[in-house]
Amino acid sequence: MNENPAVTEAELHAYIDGQLPAARQREIEAYLRSRPEELLRLESFRAQRRELHALFDPVLDEALPQRLKQHAVQASHSRTPWYLQRLAAGVAIALISGATGWGLRAGLPPESVPVVAQGPAVVTMASATGFAQRAVVAHAVYTPDQRRPVEVDAAHEDQLIAWLSKRMGAPMKPPHLQAVGYALEGGRLLPGGQGPVAQFMYQDSAGAKLTLYVSNEIDDLGGAVASGKAAGGKNSDTAFRFAQQGAIKVFYWVDGPFGYAISADTDRAALTRVSSEVYRQLTAGR
Amino acid sequence: MPDQAPEDQQLLTWVPRLRRYARALAGNRDDADDLVQDTLERAWAKAGLWRGVADMRAWLFSIMHNLHVDGVRRPKLHTVTMDDDTPEVPVAPKQGERLAVLDLQAALDLLPVEQKEIVLLVALEDMAYADVAKALGIPIGTVMSRLSRGRERLRALMESRDQPVRLKVVRNTP
Repeated sequence: MNENPAVTEAELHAYIDGQLPAARQREIEAYLRSRPEELLRLESFRAQRRELHALFDPVLDEALPQRLKQHAVQASHSRTPWYLQRLAAGVAIALISGATGWGLRAGLPPESVPVVAQGPAVVTMASATGFAQRAVVAHAVYTPDQRRPVEVDAAHEDQLIAWLSKRMGAPMKPPHLQAVGYALEGGRLLPGGQGPVAQFMYQDSAGAKLTLYVSNEIDDLGGAVASGKAAGGKNSDTAFRFAQQGAIKVFYWVDGPFGYAISADTDRAALTRVSSEVYRQLTAGR
Repeated sequence: MPDQAPEDQQLLTWVPRLRRYARALAGNRDDADDLVQDTLERAWAKAGLWRGVADMRAWLFSIMHNLHVDGVRRPKLHTVTMDDDTPEVPVAPKQGERLAVLDLQAALDLLPVEQKEIVLLVALEDMAYADVAKALGIPIGTVMSRLSRGRERLRALMESRDQPVRLKVVRNTP
Protein backbone atom coordinates (compact mmCIF):
# COMPACT_ATOMS: atom_id res chain seq x y z
CA MET A 1 0.00 0.00 0.00
CA ASN A 2 1.27 3.42 -0.90
CA GLU A 3 2.28 5.16 2.30
CA ASN A 4 2.61 8.54 0.67
CA PRO A 5 -0.62 9.01 -1.17
CA ALA A 6 -0.70 12.86 -1.11
CA VAL A 7 -4.38 12.77 -0.43
CA THR A 8 -6.23 15.90 -1.48
CA GLU A 9 -9.43 17.35 -0.07
CA ALA A 10 -11.12 16.65 -3.39
CA GLU A 11 -10.16 12.99 -3.14
CA LEU A 12 -11.63 12.73 0.32
CA HIS A 13 -14.95 13.94 -1.02
CA ALA A 14 -14.67 11.62 -3.97
CA TYR A 15 -14.00 8.86 -1.46
CA ILE A 16 -17.26 9.32 0.39
CA ASP A 17 -19.15 9.86 -2.84
CA GLY A 18 -17.78 6.63 -4.27
CA GLN A 19 -16.25 8.44 -7.24
CA LEU A 20 -12.72 7.05 -6.98
CA PRO A 21 -11.20 4.08 -8.75
CA ALA A 22 -11.27 1.03 -6.48
CA ALA A 23 -7.50 1.00 -5.95
CA ARG A 24 -7.44 4.61 -4.82
CA GLN A 25 -10.47 4.03 -2.66
CA ARG A 26 -8.45 1.40 -0.75
CA GLU A 27 -5.49 3.71 -0.41
CA ILE A 28 -7.64 6.39 1.14
CA GLU A 29 -9.10 3.87 3.53
CA ALA A 30 -5.62 3.02 4.69
CA TYR A 31 -4.75 6.71 4.96
CA LEU A 32 -7.76 7.32 7.18
CA ARG A 33 -7.04 4.44 9.50
CA SER A 34 -4.44 6.51 11.27
CA ARG A 35 -6.50 9.71 11.20
CA PRO A 36 -9.60 9.28 13.34
CA GLU A 37 -10.49 12.98 13.33
CA GLU A 38 -10.45 13.15 9.59
CA LEU A 39 -12.55 10.03 9.52
CA LEU A 40 -15.05 11.68 11.84
CA ARG A 41 -15.29 14.69 9.59
CA LEU A 42 -15.91 12.53 6.54
CA GLU A 43 -18.46 10.52 8.45
CA SER A 44 -20.39 13.72 9.08
CA PHE A 45 -20.43 14.38 5.34
CA ARG A 46 -21.75 10.88 4.79
CA ALA A 47 -24.43 11.61 7.35
CA GLN A 48 -25.37 14.75 5.39
CA ARG A 49 -25.93 12.64 2.31
CA ARG A 50 -28.12 10.24 4.22
CA GLU A 51 -30.10 13.00 5.88
CA LEU A 52 -30.66 14.82 2.59
CA HIS A 53 -32.05 11.63 1.10
CA ALA A 54 -34.22 11.03 4.12
CA LEU A 55 -35.57 14.57 3.92
CA PHE A 56 -36.19 14.81 0.19
CA ASP A 57 -36.62 11.31 -1.19
CA PRO A 58 -40.27 11.26 -0.13
CA VAL A 59 -40.84 13.85 -2.88
CA LEU A 60 -40.15 11.11 -5.41
CA ASP A 61 -43.23 9.25 -4.26
CA GLU A 62 -45.61 12.17 -4.16
CA ALA A 63 -48.36 12.21 -6.72
CA LEU A 64 -47.48 14.64 -9.49
CA PRO A 65 -49.58 17.78 -9.63
CA GLN A 66 -51.73 17.90 -12.72
CA ARG A 67 -50.03 21.01 -14.06
CA LEU A 68 -46.64 19.31 -14.05
CA LYS A 69 -48.02 16.24 -15.75
CA GLN A 70 -49.47 18.41 -18.46
CA HIS A 71 -46.29 20.33 -18.94
CA ALA A 72 -44.24 17.18 -19.08
CA VAL A 73 -46.15 15.48 -21.86
CA GLN A 74 -47.40 18.21 -24.11
CA ALA A 75 -45.40 18.11 -27.25
CA SER A 76 -46.63 21.24 -28.97
CA HIS A 77 -45.17 23.78 -26.58
CA SER A 78 -42.57 24.96 -28.97
CA ARG A 79 -44.98 26.87 -31.16
CA THR A 80 -44.70 29.95 -29.01
CA PRO A 81 -41.13 31.10 -28.58
CA TRP A 82 -40.32 31.06 -24.92
CA TYR A 83 -39.17 34.65 -24.91
CA LEU A 84 -42.66 35.71 -25.88
CA GLN A 85 -44.06 33.70 -23.04
CA ARG A 86 -41.63 34.95 -20.52
CA LEU A 87 -40.84 38.62 -20.44
CA ALA A 88 -37.75 39.05 -18.46
CA ALA A 89 -37.96 41.67 -15.80
CA GLY A 90 -40.07 40.02 -13.20
CA VAL A 91 -43.45 41.47 -13.91
CA ALA A 92 -46.33 39.11 -14.57
CA ILE A 93 -45.20 36.84 -17.26
CA ALA A 94 -47.04 34.79 -19.76
CA LEU A 95 -45.66 31.52 -18.65
CA ILE A 96 -48.41 29.42 -19.94
CA SER A 97 -48.12 28.50 -23.54
CA GLY A 98 -50.90 28.23 -26.03
CA ALA A 99 -50.72 24.50 -25.84
CA THR A 100 -52.31 24.37 -22.44
CA GLY A 101 -55.46 25.86 -23.83
CA TRP A 102 -55.52 29.30 -22.43
CA GLY A 103 -52.67 31.21 -23.89
CA LEU A 104 -54.45 34.04 -25.60
CA ARG A 105 -53.69 35.14 -29.08
CA ALA A 106 -54.42 38.49 -30.56
CA GLY A 107 -56.06 37.16 -33.66
CA LEU A 108 -58.98 35.57 -31.90
CA PRO A 109 -62.13 37.58 -31.46
CA PRO A 110 -62.38 38.27 -27.75
CA GLU A 111 -65.74 36.54 -27.41
CA SER A 112 -64.29 33.24 -28.42
CA VAL A 113 -61.28 33.41 -26.20
CA PRO A 114 -61.38 30.48 -23.82
CA VAL A 115 -60.07 32.49 -20.94
CA VAL A 116 -60.87 29.96 -18.32
CA ALA A 117 -61.06 26.77 -20.25
CA GLN A 118 -58.71 25.10 -17.85
CA GLY A 119 -58.20 27.70 -15.22
CA PRO A 120 -55.06 29.68 -14.63
CA ALA A 121 -51.86 28.48 -13.13
CA VAL A 122 -51.90 28.78 -9.40
CA VAL A 123 -48.86 30.50 -8.02
CA THR A 124 -47.92 31.27 -4.48
CA MET A 125 -47.96 34.82 -3.30
CA ALA A 126 -44.25 34.60 -2.78
CA SER A 127 -43.69 33.95 -6.44
CA ALA A 128 -46.45 36.21 -7.66
CA THR A 129 -45.03 39.28 -9.20
CA GLY A 130 -44.55 42.55 -7.42
CA PHE A 131 -47.48 44.34 -8.91
CA ALA A 132 -49.88 41.53 -8.03
CA GLN A 133 -48.68 41.64 -4.46
CA ARG A 134 -49.13 45.38 -4.34
CA ALA A 135 -52.60 44.94 -5.79
CA VAL A 136 -53.56 42.58 -2.98
CA VAL A 137 -52.19 44.91 -0.35
CA ALA A 138 -54.05 47.85 -1.86
CA HIS A 139 -57.20 45.77 -1.90
CA ALA A 140 -56.77 44.80 1.74
CA VAL A 141 -56.07 48.38 2.79
CA TYR A 142 -58.87 50.21 1.02
CA THR A 143 -61.82 47.85 0.79
CA PRO A 144 -62.60 47.76 4.53
CA ASP A 145 -62.64 51.54 4.65
CA GLN A 146 -66.18 52.58 5.44
CA ARG A 147 -65.86 56.28 4.93
CA ARG A 148 -63.38 56.71 2.13
CA PRO A 149 -63.01 53.50 0.18
CA VAL A 150 -62.38 55.54 -2.95
CA GLU A 151 -61.00 58.94 -3.65
CA VAL A 152 -63.40 59.81 -6.46
CA ASP A 153 -66.74 58.04 -6.49
CA ALA A 154 -68.69 56.61 -9.39
CA ALA A 155 -71.05 59.59 -9.44
CA HIS A 156 -68.10 61.54 -10.83
CA GLU A 157 -66.93 58.89 -13.22
CA ASP A 158 -65.98 61.43 -15.88
CA GLN A 159 -63.70 63.23 -13.48
CA LEU A 160 -62.26 59.95 -12.30
CA ILE A 161 -61.44 58.93 -15.86
CA ALA A 162 -59.94 62.29 -16.75
CA TRP A 163 -57.84 62.42 -13.62
CA LEU A 164 -56.47 58.89 -13.74
CA SER A 165 -55.87 59.05 -17.48
CA LYS A 166 -53.88 62.22 -17.06
CA ARG A 167 -51.79 60.90 -14.21
CA MET A 168 -51.26 57.50 -15.77
CA GLY A 169 -50.49 58.95 -19.17
CA ALA A 170 -52.94 56.58 -20.87
CA PRO A 171 -56.70 56.29 -21.13
CA MET A 172 -58.05 54.75 -17.93
CA LYS A 173 -61.63 53.81 -18.38
CA PRO A 174 -63.06 51.44 -15.81
CA PRO A 175 -64.81 48.44 -17.33
CA HIS A 176 -68.50 48.07 -16.61
CA LEU A 177 -69.16 44.93 -14.67
CA GLN A 178 -72.90 45.02 -14.03
CA ALA A 179 -73.23 41.98 -16.25
CA VAL A 180 -71.21 39.99 -13.76
CA GLY A 181 -72.88 41.54 -10.74
CA TYR A 182 -70.54 44.36 -9.75
CA ALA A 183 -71.19 48.10 -9.80
CA LEU A 184 -68.43 50.68 -9.95
CA GLU A 185 -67.88 52.43 -6.66
CA GLY A 186 -65.04 54.68 -7.72
CA GLY A 187 -61.30 54.75 -7.86
CA ARG A 188 -58.06 56.23 -6.68
CA LEU A 189 -54.49 56.84 -7.61
CA LEU A 190 -51.82 54.91 -5.71
CA PRO A 191 -48.07 54.71 -5.71
CA GLY A 192 -46.83 51.61 -7.49
CA GLY A 193 -43.32 50.28 -7.71
CA GLN A 194 -42.01 53.23 -9.68
CA GLY A 195 -44.88 55.56 -10.35
CA PRO A 196 -48.63 55.91 -10.21
CA VAL A 197 -51.07 53.05 -10.54
CA ALA A 198 -54.85 53.15 -10.70
CA GLN A 199 -57.25 51.25 -8.50
CA PHE A 200 -60.93 50.90 -9.36
CA MET A 201 -63.30 49.57 -6.76
CA TYR A 202 -66.55 47.74 -7.36
CA GLN A 203 -69.12 46.14 -5.14
CA ASP A 204 -71.87 43.61 -5.59
CA SER A 205 -75.42 43.84 -4.28
CA ALA A 206 -74.36 42.28 -0.97
CA GLY A 207 -71.62 44.88 -0.53
CA ALA A 208 -68.71 42.53 -1.33
CA LYS A 209 -65.82 44.43 -2.83
CA LEU A 210 -63.66 43.82 -5.82
CA THR A 211 -60.75 45.90 -7.03
CA LEU A 212 -59.09 46.26 -10.39
CA TYR A 213 -55.52 47.43 -10.19
CA VAL A 214 -53.91 48.78 -13.33
CA SER A 215 -50.21 49.34 -13.60
CA ASN A 216 -48.41 50.71 -16.60
CA GLU A 217 -44.97 50.02 -15.23
CA ILE A 218 -44.82 46.95 -17.35
CA ASP A 219 -43.03 48.65 -20.22
CA ASP A 220 -39.93 48.56 -18.07
CA LEU A 221 -39.59 45.11 -19.48
CA GLY A 222 -37.62 46.74 -22.19
CA GLY A 223 -35.82 44.30 -24.42
CA ALA A 224 -38.05 41.33 -23.94
CA VAL A 225 -41.14 43.23 -24.92
CA ALA A 226 -39.40 44.85 -27.79
CA SER A 227 -38.26 41.54 -29.16
CA GLY A 228 -41.74 40.16 -28.67
CA LYS A 229 -43.10 43.03 -30.66
CA ALA A 230 -40.61 42.54 -33.39
CA ALA A 231 -41.31 38.86 -33.66
CA GLY A 232 -45.03 38.81 -33.14
CA GLY A 233 -46.00 42.19 -34.50
CA LYS A 234 -47.81 42.93 -31.30
CA ASN A 235 -47.03 42.15 -27.74
CA SER A 236 -50.30 40.47 -27.04
CA ASP A 237 -49.45 37.07 -25.68
CA THR A 238 -51.26 37.18 -22.41
CA ALA A 239 -51.50 34.58 -19.76
CA PHE A 240 -53.57 34.64 -16.65
CA ARG A 241 -52.20 33.79 -13.30
CA PHE A 242 -53.90 33.26 -10.06
CA ALA A 243 -52.58 33.75 -6.58
CA GLN A 244 -54.02 33.88 -3.14
CA GLN A 245 -53.09 35.60 0.06
CA GLY A 246 -55.27 34.75 3.00
CA ALA A 247 -58.83 35.09 1.85
CA ILE A 248 -57.99 37.47 -0.96
CA LYS A 249 -57.60 35.96 -4.36
CA VAL A 250 -55.98 37.77 -7.21
CA PHE A 251 -56.17 37.08 -10.87
CA TYR A 252 -53.61 38.94 -12.92
CA TRP A 253 -52.15 39.25 -16.36
CA VAL A 254 -50.06 41.43 -18.57
CA ASP A 255 -51.38 42.88 -21.75
CA GLY A 256 -49.12 45.09 -23.80
CA PRO A 257 -47.66 47.74 -21.53
CA PHE A 258 -50.24 47.18 -18.78
CA GLY A 259 -50.49 44.82 -15.90
CA TYR A 260 -53.97 44.12 -14.55
CA ALA A 261 -54.81 42.53 -11.23
CA ILE A 262 -58.30 41.79 -10.01
CA SER A 263 -58.60 41.08 -6.31
CA ALA A 264 -61.57 39.92 -4.30
CA ASP A 265 -62.54 37.74 -1.42
CA THR A 266 -64.73 35.50 -3.47
CA ASP A 267 -64.50 32.13 -5.07
CA ARG A 268 -62.23 31.50 -7.94
CA ALA A 269 -64.96 30.80 -10.47
CA ALA A 270 -66.60 34.17 -9.78
CA LEU A 271 -63.28 35.94 -10.00
CA THR A 272 -62.55 34.19 -13.25
CA ARG A 273 -65.87 35.34 -14.72
CA VAL A 274 -65.09 38.92 -13.78
CA SER A 275 -61.61 38.66 -15.21
CA SER A 276 -62.91 37.30 -18.49
CA GLU A 277 -65.34 40.16 -18.70
CA VAL A 278 -62.68 42.76 -17.95
CA TYR A 279 -60.40 41.23 -20.52
CA ARG A 280 -63.21 41.15 -23.07
CA GLN A 281 -63.99 44.83 -22.61
CA LEU A 282 -60.37 45.87 -22.71
CA THR A 283 -59.69 44.04 -25.94
CA ALA A 284 -63.02 44.97 -27.51
CA GLY A 285 -62.09 48.61 -27.09
CA ARG A 286 -59.10 48.32 -29.37
CA MET B 1 -46.96 4.79 -32.76
CA PRO B 2 -44.90 2.85 -30.29
CA ASP B 3 -41.67 4.69 -30.94
CA GLN B 4 -43.21 8.12 -30.54
CA ALA B 5 -44.64 7.49 -27.12
CA PRO B 6 -41.28 7.32 -25.38
CA GLU B 7 -40.24 10.72 -26.67
CA ASP B 8 -43.52 12.27 -25.55
CA GLN B 9 -43.18 10.65 -22.16
CA GLN B 10 -39.49 11.25 -21.84
CA LEU B 11 -39.73 14.38 -19.73
CA LEU B 12 -42.34 12.85 -17.49
CA THR B 13 -39.88 10.27 -16.24
CA TRP B 14 -37.60 13.04 -15.02
CA VAL B 15 -40.23 15.05 -13.20
CA PRO B 16 -40.02 13.30 -9.82
CA ARG B 17 -36.27 13.84 -9.67
CA LEU B 18 -36.52 17.41 -10.84
CA ARG B 19 -39.11 17.97 -8.14
CA ARG B 20 -36.94 16.45 -5.44
CA TYR B 21 -34.02 18.65 -6.34
CA ALA B 22 -36.20 21.72 -6.74
CA ARG B 23 -37.80 21.13 -3.37
CA ALA B 24 -34.43 21.03 -1.70
CA LEU B 25 -33.29 24.08 -3.64
CA ALA B 26 -36.35 26.28 -3.27
CA GLY B 27 -37.32 25.15 0.19
CA ASN B 28 -41.06 24.98 -0.31
CA ARG B 29 -43.41 23.02 -2.48
CA ASP B 30 -45.03 25.81 -4.47
CA ASP B 31 -41.88 27.61 -5.48
CA ALA B 32 -40.25 24.28 -6.26
CA ASP B 33 -43.07 23.17 -8.53
CA ASP B 34 -43.08 26.56 -10.24
CA LEU B 35 -39.43 25.99 -10.95
CA VAL B 36 -40.10 22.51 -12.30
CA GLN B 37 -42.88 23.83 -14.50
CA ASP B 38 -40.66 26.57 -15.89
CA THR B 39 -37.97 23.99 -16.53
CA LEU B 40 -40.37 21.77 -18.46
CA GLU B 41 -41.51 24.71 -20.52
CA ARG B 42 -37.99 25.65 -21.41
CA ALA B 43 -37.23 22.05 -22.25
CA TRP B 44 -40.18 21.88 -24.62
CA ALA B 45 -39.25 25.19 -26.15
CA LYS B 46 -35.90 23.65 -26.96
CA ALA B 47 -37.31 20.27 -27.90
CA GLY B 48 -35.62 20.56 -31.27
CA LEU B 49 -32.32 20.07 -29.49
CA TRP B 50 -33.23 16.81 -27.81
CA ARG B 51 -31.67 14.63 -30.42
CA GLY B 52 -28.33 16.26 -29.77
CA VAL B 53 -28.59 15.93 -26.02
CA ALA B 54 -26.46 13.01 -24.89
CA ASP B 55 -27.11 13.43 -21.20
CA MET B 56 -30.72 14.36 -20.65
CA ARG B 57 -30.26 14.64 -16.91
CA ALA B 58 -27.37 17.10 -17.05
CA TRP B 59 -29.28 19.08 -19.66
CA LEU B 60 -32.49 19.32 -17.62
CA PHE B 61 -30.68 20.17 -14.41
CA SER B 62 -28.74 22.79 -16.27
CA ILE B 63 -31.98 24.41 -17.44
CA MET B 64 -33.27 24.35 -13.90
CA HIS B 65 -30.04 25.82 -12.60
CA ASN B 66 -30.25 28.75 -15.01
CA LEU B 67 -33.87 29.44 -14.19
CA HIS B 68 -33.23 29.22 -10.49
CA VAL B 69 -30.26 31.54 -10.59
CA ASP B 70 -32.28 34.03 -12.65
CA GLY B 71 -35.18 33.72 -10.26
CA VAL B 72 -33.01 34.17 -7.22
CA ARG B 73 -31.43 37.27 -8.61
CA ARG B 74 -34.46 38.91 -10.10
CA PRO B 75 -36.48 40.04 -7.09
CA LYS B 76 -33.54 41.62 -5.36
CA LEU B 77 -32.70 45.23 -5.62
CA HIS B 78 -29.16 46.14 -6.42
CA THR B 79 -26.97 43.20 -5.59
CA VAL B 80 -23.61 41.93 -6.54
CA THR B 81 -23.07 38.33 -7.37
CA MET B 82 -21.04 36.76 -4.64
CA ASP B 83 -18.17 34.74 -5.89
CA ASP B 84 -15.64 32.57 -4.21
CA ASP B 85 -13.33 35.50 -3.74
CA THR B 86 -15.75 37.75 -1.95
CA PRO B 87 -14.38 38.26 1.53
CA GLU B 88 -16.30 36.86 4.42
CA VAL B 89 -16.69 38.72 7.64
CA PRO B 90 -17.10 36.72 10.80
CA VAL B 91 -20.06 37.84 12.82
CA ALA B 92 -20.64 36.68 16.33
CA PRO B 93 -23.95 34.87 16.54
CA LYS B 94 -26.19 37.25 18.44
CA GLN B 95 -28.18 34.78 20.42
CA GLY B 96 -25.31 32.46 20.99
CA GLU B 97 -26.45 29.06 22.05
CA ARG B 98 -30.00 30.03 21.33
CA LEU B 99 -29.49 29.44 17.66
CA ALA B 100 -28.01 26.09 18.54
CA VAL B 101 -29.36 23.38 16.37
CA LEU B 102 -30.79 24.18 13.01
CA ASP B 103 -32.74 21.62 11.15
CA LEU B 104 -31.33 20.49 7.87
CA GLN B 105 -33.74 22.46 5.72
CA ALA B 106 -33.02 25.67 7.59
CA ALA B 107 -29.30 25.05 7.39
CA LEU B 108 -29.54 24.39 3.65
CA ASP B 109 -31.28 27.69 3.14
CA LEU B 110 -28.32 29.42 4.72
CA LEU B 111 -25.89 28.02 2.20
CA PRO B 112 -24.93 30.23 -0.72
CA VAL B 113 -26.87 28.96 -3.70
CA GLU B 114 -23.76 27.98 -5.63
CA GLN B 115 -22.67 25.69 -2.82
CA LYS B 116 -26.14 24.38 -2.12
CA GLU B 117 -26.66 23.31 -5.73
CA ILE B 118 -23.52 21.24 -5.75
CA VAL B 119 -24.06 19.63 -2.36
CA LEU B 120 -27.57 18.65 -3.49
CA LEU B 121 -26.69 17.36 -6.94
CA VAL B 122 -23.93 15.18 -5.53
CA ALA B 123 -26.01 13.90 -2.62
CA LEU B 124 -29.48 13.54 -4.08
CA GLU B 125 -28.68 12.79 -7.69
CA ASP B 126 -25.42 11.00 -6.99
CA MET B 127 -24.17 12.96 -9.93
CA ALA B 128 -20.59 12.48 -11.09
CA TYR B 129 -18.50 15.59 -10.49
CA ALA B 130 -17.90 15.94 -14.21
CA ASP B 131 -21.65 15.97 -14.84
CA VAL B 132 -22.17 18.56 -12.14
CA ALA B 133 -19.57 20.71 -13.83
CA LYS B 134 -21.37 20.27 -17.13
CA ALA B 135 -24.82 21.00 -15.72
CA LEU B 136 -23.67 24.14 -13.95
CA GLY B 137 -21.28 25.29 -16.63
CA ILE B 138 -18.27 25.61 -14.32
CA PRO B 139 -14.86 23.93 -14.17
CA ILE B 140 -14.56 20.76 -12.16
CA GLY B 141 -12.04 22.38 -9.81
CA THR B 142 -14.70 24.91 -8.87
CA VAL B 143 -17.15 22.09 -8.27
CA MET B 144 -14.74 20.47 -5.86
CA SER B 145 -13.93 23.60 -3.91
CA ARG B 146 -17.59 24.57 -3.59
CA LEU B 147 -18.54 21.05 -2.58
CA SER B 148 -15.95 21.14 0.15
CA ARG B 149 -16.98 24.59 1.39
CA GLY B 150 -20.65 23.72 1.19
CA ARG B 151 -20.29 20.53 3.19
CA GLU B 152 -18.13 22.20 5.78
CA ARG B 153 -20.53 25.04 6.17
CA LEU B 154 -23.50 22.73 6.40
CA ARG B 155 -21.71 20.75 9.06
CA ALA B 156 -20.88 23.89 11.01
CA LEU B 157 -24.47 25.08 10.76
CA MET B 158 -25.89 21.77 11.82
CA GLU B 159 -23.55 21.38 14.72
CA SER B 160 -23.46 25.10 15.47
CA ARG B 161 -19.99 24.59 16.71
CA ASP B 162 -17.63 27.28 17.83
CA GLN B 163 -17.57 28.37 14.24
CA PRO B 164 -19.04 31.86 13.99
CA VAL B 165 -21.79 32.59 11.56
CA ARG B 166 -20.20 34.17 8.55
CA LEU B 167 -21.86 36.83 6.53
CA LYS B 168 -20.73 37.84 3.10
CA VAL B 169 -19.80 41.42 2.52
CA VAL B 170 -21.97 42.69 -0.26
CA ARG B 171 -20.87 45.84 -1.90
CA ASN B 172 -22.89 47.89 -4.26
CA THR B 173 -21.17 48.58 -7.48
CA PRO B 174 -20.57 52.30 -7.85
